[in-house]
Amino acid sequence: MQPRYLRLMVAVLAFGALAIPAHAATIQIVMENLVISPAEVSAKVGDTIEWVNKDVLAHTATANNGDFDVMLPPKKTGTLVLKKAGNIDYYCRFHPNMKAKLKVEP
Amino acid sequence: MFVRLAAALAAMTLMSGAAFAESPKLTDPQIAHIAYTAGVIDINAAKQAQAKASNKDVKAFADDMVRDHEAVNKQALDLVKKLNVKPEDNDTSKALSKQAADKLAELSKLSGAAYDKAYVANEVAFHKTVDNALEKQLIPSASNAELKGLLQTGLKIFQGHEQHAEHVAAELK
Repeated sequence: MQPRYLRLMVAVLAFGALAIPAHAATIQIVMENLVISPAEVSAKVGDTIEWVNKDVLAHTATANNGDFDVMLPPKKTGTLVLKKAGNIDYYCRFHPNMKAKLKVEP
Repeated sequence: MFVRLAAALAAMTLMSGAAFAESPKLTDPQIAHIAYTAGVIDINAAKQAQAKASNKDVKAFADDMVRDHEAVNKQALDLVKKLNVKPEDNDTSKALSKQAADKLAELSKLSGAAYDKAYVANEVAFHKTVDNALEKQLIPSASNAELKGLLQTGLKIFQGHEQHAEHVAAELK
C-alpha cells in the first residue's frame, strides 16, 4: 500500500474516533430467571443498551409505546441505540410479567 | 352454549384443584414428576393447537408454549439427573394427565374460531391451576434448594404464560 493512502487511512480512522461523542456509553441489562436487572436504567440519547439474556428461554425487550421490539434468543445478547429522549416502559412479549423502564435523557 | 362452556371450565378448575389437594405430603421425586408432567401437558395441548388453530396469534402462542416448556423440561431433566433424583409417578400426576387427556379429546371436536377460543381459555385456566399449585404446594414442599429454585423460576414462567394467554384471549373477543 502507498504511504500516501496509509496516511489518509490513519487520518480517516482518527477522525472517525473523534466523531464518536465522548459520552456515548454501552449499558448492560441482564435478563436471568425471568427478572430484568436493573429494572430501571438512566441513559442518554446516543447510548447503546445491551440486553444479555441468560435464560434458556427466548425473551424480547418490547416498548409499550411501540418504539422498539428487540428479539433476545436464549443465551444471546441484543442491542439498541437510543435515538430519542423519554421514559420508556418495556416488557417481554412472551412473559409479560417481565417489566422494566428506560429513562432516556437528551 | 356460553353457560355450558362456563360450567365446563368451572368444573375443570374444580377438578384440577382436587387433583392437587389429594396428596398432602409430597416428596422431591414426586414434585419433580408433577412439574415435568405439567410441562408435558402444555406441550401436548400446544401441539394440538399448532395443527388446529386458525388465528395467527393463537398459533404463535402455541409455538411459544412448545419452545418454552421443552426448554424448561430439559433443564428439569438435567437437574434431576445431577441430583440423582428419579421422578416418581403419583396420584397428582395421574389425575393431571387424565384431565388433560379428556380436555384434548374435548378440544379435538372443535374447529375454527371456537377451537381457538376454547384452547386459549383452557390455557389461562391450566396455567392458573399450576401457578396456584406451585405457589401453595410444590414450592413449599420441595426440600432440595436447587429443585426449589427451578420451581420458583417455573412459577414465573407459568405466570408469564398466563398473562400472555390472557392478552391473546382478550384479542380474540
